[in-house]
Amino acid sequence: EVRLEECISQWHKTRDSSTVRNRKVFPSPAQTHQSPITPESKIKRDDTPCSNGSSGDFSARASVDSPNQLLLIVVTGLSFATRLYKITEPPHVCWDETHFGKMGSYYINRTFFFDVHPPLGKMLIALAGYMTGYDGSFPFVKPGDKYEHHNYWGMRGFCAMLGSFLPIFAYLIVQELSRSHTAALITAALLIFDTGCITISQYILLDPILMFFIMAAVLSMVKFNQQSSRPFTAPWWLWLVLCGAALAGALGVKFVGLFVIFLVGLNTAGDLWRILGDLSLSLVDVAKHFLARVVGLILLPLFLYVLVFAVHFALLNKSGPGDGFFSSTFQSRLIGNNLNNVSMPEYLAYGSTISVKNLRIAGGYLHSHWHLYPEGVGAKQQQVTAYLHKDYNNMWLVHKPDNDKTPDLVRHGDIIRLEHKETTRNLHSHLHQAPLTKKHFQVTGYGINGTGDANDLWQVEVCGGRRGDLVKVLRSKVRFLHKATGCVLYSSGKTLPKWGWEQVEVTCSPYLKETPSSQWNIEDHINPRLPNISLSLLKPNFLEILLESHIVMIRGNSGLKPKDNEMNSKPWHWPINYQGLRFSGVNETEYRVYLLGNPVVWWINLASLGLYLIMVAVSSIAIQRGISLQQKRLGKFQHSDILTGGGGLLLLGWLLHYAPFYVMGRVLYYHHYFPAMLFSSMLTGVTLDTLLRNADLLLCQPYSDWLQRGGQMVLLFTVLYSFYLFHPLSYGMTGPLAHEPESAMAGLKWMDSWEF
Amino acid sequence: MLQLPLVVTARLDLVLVLVTLLSLWTRLSGLGYPGAVVFDEVYYGQFLSLYMKRTFFIDDSGPPLGHALLALGAYLGGFDGNFVWNRIGAAYPCSLSVWSLRLLPALGGALCVPLGYLLILELRCSHLSALGAALLLLLENSLIVQSRFMLLESLLIFFVLLAFFSYLRFHNAPGRCWSRYGWLLLSGVSCAAAVGVKYTGLFSYLLLLGVASLHSWKLIGDQAQSHMSVCVQCGWKVLCLLVVPVLLYVFWFYVHLSILQRSGPHDQLMSSAFQASLQGGLSRVTRGQPLQVAFGSQVTLRSSAPRPVPCWLHSHKANYPIRYENGRGSSHQQQVTCYAFKDVNNWWIIKDPARQELVVDSPPRLVRHGDIIQLVHGMTSRLLNSHDVAAPMSPHAQEVSGYIDFNVSMATQNLWRLEIYNREAESEEWKTIVSEVRLVHVNTSAVLKLSGLLLPDWGFRQMEVVAEKLLKAHSGSLGWTVEEHRYGTSQEQKEREAELHSPTHIDIDRKISFWSKFTELQWKMLTVKQEESEHKYSSAPLEWIAMETNIAYWLHPSSNAQIHLIGNPVSWGVANLSLLAYQLLAALYLLRRRRGFRDLPDGAWQRFASVGLLCGGGWAVNFLPFLLMERTLFLYHYLPALCYLYLLSPALLEHIHTHLLSSRTSRHMLAVCTAAVLLSIFLSYWTFCPLTYGNPELTANQLQALKWRDSWDILYRRR
Repeated sequence: EVRLEECISQWHKTRDSSTVRNRKVFPSPAQTHQSPITPESKIKRDDTPCSNGSSGDFSARASVDSPNQLLLIVVTGLSFATRLYKITEPPHVCWDETHFGKMGSYYINRTFFFDVHPPLGKMLIALAGYMTGYDGSFPFVKPGDKYEHHNYWGMRGFCAMLGSFLPIFAYLIVQELSRSHTAALITAALLIFDTGCITISQYILLDPILMFFIMAAVLSMVKFNQQSSRPFTAPWWLWLVLCGAALAGALGVKFVGLFVIFLVGLNTAGDLWRILGDLSLSLVDVAKHFLARVVGLILLPLFLYVLVFAVHFALLNKSGPGDGFFSSTFQSRLIGNNLNNVSMPEYLAYGSTISVKNLRIAGGYLHSHWHLYPEGVGAKQQQVTAYLHKDYNNMWLVHKPDNDKTPDLVRHGDIIRLEHKETTRNLHSHLHQAPLTKKHFQVTGYGINGTGDANDLWQVEVCGGRRGDLVKVLRSKVRFLHKATGCVLYSSGKTLPKWGWEQVEVTCSPYLKETPSSQWNIEDHINPRLPNISLSLLKPNFLEILLESHIVMIRGNSGLKPKDNEMNSKPWHWPINYQGLRFSGVNETEYRVYLLGNPVVWWINLASLGLYLIMVAVSSIAIQRGISLQQKRLGKFQHSDILTGGGGLLLLGWLLHYAPFYVMGRVLYYHHYFPAMLFSSMLTGVTLDTLLRNADLLLCQPYSDWLQRGGQMVLLFTVLYSFYLFHPLSYGMTGPLAHEPESAMAGLKWMDSWEF
Repeated sequence: MLQLPLVVTARLDLVLVLVTLLSLWTRLSGLGYPGAVVFDEVYYGQFLSLYMKRTFFIDDSGPPLGHALLALGAYLGGFDGNFVWNRIGAAYPCSLSVWSLRLLPALGGALCVPLGYLLILELRCSHLSALGAALLLLLENSLIVQSRFMLLESLLIFFVLLAFFSYLRFHNAPGRCWSRYGWLLLSGVSCAAAVGVKYTGLFSYLLLLGVASLHSWKLIGDQAQSHMSVCVQCGWKVLCLLVVPVLLYVFWFYVHLSILQRSGPHDQLMSSAFQASLQGGLSRVTRGQPLQVAFGSQVTLRSSAPRPVPCWLHSHKANYPIRYENGRGSSHQQQVTCYAFKDVNNWWIIKDPARQELVVDSPPRLVRHGDIIQLVHGMTSRLLNSHDVAAPMSPHAQEVSGYIDFNVSMATQNLWRLEIYNREAESEEWKTIVSEVRLVHVNTSAVLKLSGLLLPDWGFRQMEVVAEKLLKAHSGSLGWTVEEHRYGTSQEQKEREAELHSPTHIDIDRKISFWSKFTELQWKMLTVKQEESEHKYSSAPLEWIAMETNIAYWLHPSSNAQIHLIGNPVSWGVANLSLLAYQLLAALYLLRRRRGFRDLPDGAWQRFASVGLLCGGGWAVNFLPFLLMERTLFLYHYLPALCYLYLLSPALLEHIHTHLLSSRTSRHMLAVCTAAVLLSIFLSYWTFCPLTYGNPELTANQLQALKWRDSWDILYRRR
């Protein structure tokens, strides 16, 4: 039995690398293997030890190692060459470099900012910039700004380096999954010569960093799966830990990293399920396996992820543009913020000018401005909103209802009137539906110069306080109860439409439950008649900051809604390469770069997806039906295994990185498809390779080999030629646009929707 | 042969008959009360009226079968469509038979109960379990409320249950019996009906397809059967469960479109060709127009952009202001806008740049794809012009104007190239209504386009038209269609104005095929987005599980009598509990089986799994997708999912009884507990009856006592 396996694996390995002459030594498999192969399902099941454990396999592997290394070197060389070529062109800010370059500068200057993505990617960009001598002084105002003497090549080069690893990782993953150099080579060729992958790797963007971590995680996962027969050995642990670290990296760059976490999670669940069903293992062993994965794939990534944030908060200690998104206590730790070492009157008093901040996480300041609610939205009175930035319109005056000017402190249970300082309107509510939260009442600004009506009166209530308690500035949680209707001032967290300047809705809620949404905090407090006292605020603990920044990020992400009248990219556009993104340049005279996948590569990918599904359907129905495949080649089961096992994993990866975009409400861009595209290209490698290897289903022996070789050659040359045609997309086009005959890209505008 | 006496043996399941009667009684008694519009009846009612008047409408909330069924009830009741559905609570006129409007949904809702009973039997559970499921469905207040009014959920649930029941009948029937394919066909038909009533029926349909493919997969693996027989059986399944439902779904639209033939309020959303196929409306205007546009034709050009509103290319005697509010300058030439109403200023004349005449020659010289044309505004005789001046609202685009020569060395740039982008041949003629054209400015190769922004007061709040250079291909805002069209005959401006004011007329009918109408309507239904805003009674899916929300359906105009959509809290709790218990139990069994412990005999395990797949899966597919939806959602969206849980509970109880409890005493305990729960279900049903039937009226204190949850909105009339 063992000898037979060795023989099979030998035969299998040599097939790839040996010459035709070598193979002819073997008699036609149809004849030799017909009789001994009856227990083929057994071989199929035993194939893991066959390819890993036995010494015969090692010798076979040693013999193929050198071409493997040679190929790997070629792939590496080409990959780096294509990505690093013309890396400094164009010498101006391209597309989203304006954001991520700017954020890199923020790190170098240690200024606090807010972004919807987690910080790791930008920190790495900043590190690369710092190491290569960029001083953080370039403002990155808008795309097209010239870099001049600033050192930008380091940041671009770093991203391109990480981007260059993608084809290499893909090569290794596919080789591990399919045990075929050809499949790996096809994949690597598709990725190396894809103009889209090149372009997206060449600029200061998060995507190359994200994809680097995604591919690293998948590679370590696959390698880890390979080690499953030798659990708890050093390489086993190594790949497990690497996988965990890469997952943390992916999530630390963008939340899209969650998808690869799902992929690894599903794979691990399947793996554990297999281990659980292995009755030769005791429950203790199963528990050990389980715990090892919990440590390696949950606790370690979590720790690293939190560590990234800890570094982020430690680095950024100066006040900057992101302050207003965070709570008062958070702001107090930023140097230069007005709440840092603050000094103001300690207790809220009548006649004071105050700003009021909502206590829900990332709640805004109570705000009003010279604009009315539009027709049809409640009463046509002045808007009252919550606003996340510090602004003069956030200031309110505290008055007694009867305009009594005697100085006095405000106490729990007092009735007050809040007058908007800029517009002199009173904070007002009445029995009209709120604009978005229809169950609540509308809050408006009403009256003039402070004279209004009975609906302007609010009762102050300190949470947890008793009648007569004083209201502490910054430290008391305060609620404002509307006197006439009994509702409570509330921030719903919903973004108002355009007429409300996309600020946050403020309502008066009839449901009196104490929630942070209905609790407020007095932040600024100016009263010349009272002495200023230095207030030391409780420093927030790290976990609170972490939670707060996540909620702010998630809200920021869901706030990126597509605008009307704008051409939006739809997920179905992406696999067909419908429309790219303009990275640089619009006019004929400019240096233009257009992010668009190599259409030949992308359409091959698309076709292979369909092909893959057909092949899997045919082979699994045949197996389920019990149609005997004995007289066909022995490797058939291997092939169907590769298709359903390795291919299935890649298909799952593609689905996980693509399907969720269909249900996302946020604005989508073409470059969101790139992680999915990597999986799709790997699947193409596996599919086409398996297809070509089964050429002997059509033709008899020597011709089928020719067909296989010929197919591989045609595929490679097609990809190369298409790259030759489309390379100006990445490396810059000048001169007339493609629809004019004298352009360099003339005749290549195959779809009307491409804009080059 | 006729020795035997002729015998008819009838077997009657008396329990089934009893629950059916009870169900009919709870759903149908006093159906005419209240004689006023209740909640969403106000929404469906307007379509009912349009149906009665055979007027075309488009409703994005669901496919037409649901509306058609409601309309059928109204039609049988002799409703003439003359009722203004404007507010909830408006009293129906005496002439209207309220009873007939509500009959079909109520019948559907009533039949859900016996269907639940039969479905449990098909899942191979005992009659006692079946009775339990029937009682849960019977005593569920929210199902009763939803059934008793002119709403669609009860019909949806009925068709879904019918589909599953008939599929299981098919599956459980012995293999050689041919009549079982009748059940399969019935299943396919009910699937089509469920999807036809509401799109949410799709979830259950997909689940049924999943179950069917799982069974087929087992069939394929059954090597005792010949290839032929496997193929035939799979073929039947594909035919009955895929082909038939799709065909029927299209058929619902066929019925819909053949009933609704008159033009109506939603015409504007459809393409010109569609509108022209309806009686009245555009077809009256365009009837008999010449088809091909020629040089000298007088036309109105409608933008194909669906948003913000349909409009026509327009110009009027007013110029762009010399300076805009933000200080930018303009050309101060005549405004060109897009106007959402029919107007004489929408007329333009197609002119050959080489000639001066504005009349059509005989024979007419037709305009073709690629021709260079000028457009003359009919009333002011200005030529449509564009130039390198920033447009008023979208400064990145070029301004479009009616050219006025101010002697400021601003040359005329008034040549436009015609591109017909739905052409079938090069050099195709420009056709009225059919052709979608783009007008490309010859000097700058910018394209005439609706920007979608409104001009301020100086532009009379009409829509801005610009010419933009970088064309985003196939964007709808670039296309224009000729709608009204006539061959110009008058050379003099005065005569021409008179001609423009006169209506176009001549007579031919233009038809488009059913398929193109169907695809257009379906596409519009899926893409038309109405402004979704929160409703006072809308709720989030997570609030449904614990029923933290309710909906007030109706309040008596003078007293405290009211109807609410509130479920039976006890049954609701039982349902949630059983779902949780099932999940825990299933997880436990799976883990133990994986470790080699076979707790259940194979048959029992199969049954347990299939109950979970159908009922648990049914709950999941009918609930989880709502978590991802960004629509206004209501408690009644949860009712289909809830029904699945009511089927799950008794089946799970039976499983526990037979397989987990071994001792006599514990079985007795279980029986007693079940009886107690059933009793409390009945009591809570009884307690909430006044809010379910709106009768009798309760005092404020009694209402207060019924407010079991703080988050429920129960209305009190202040006295």
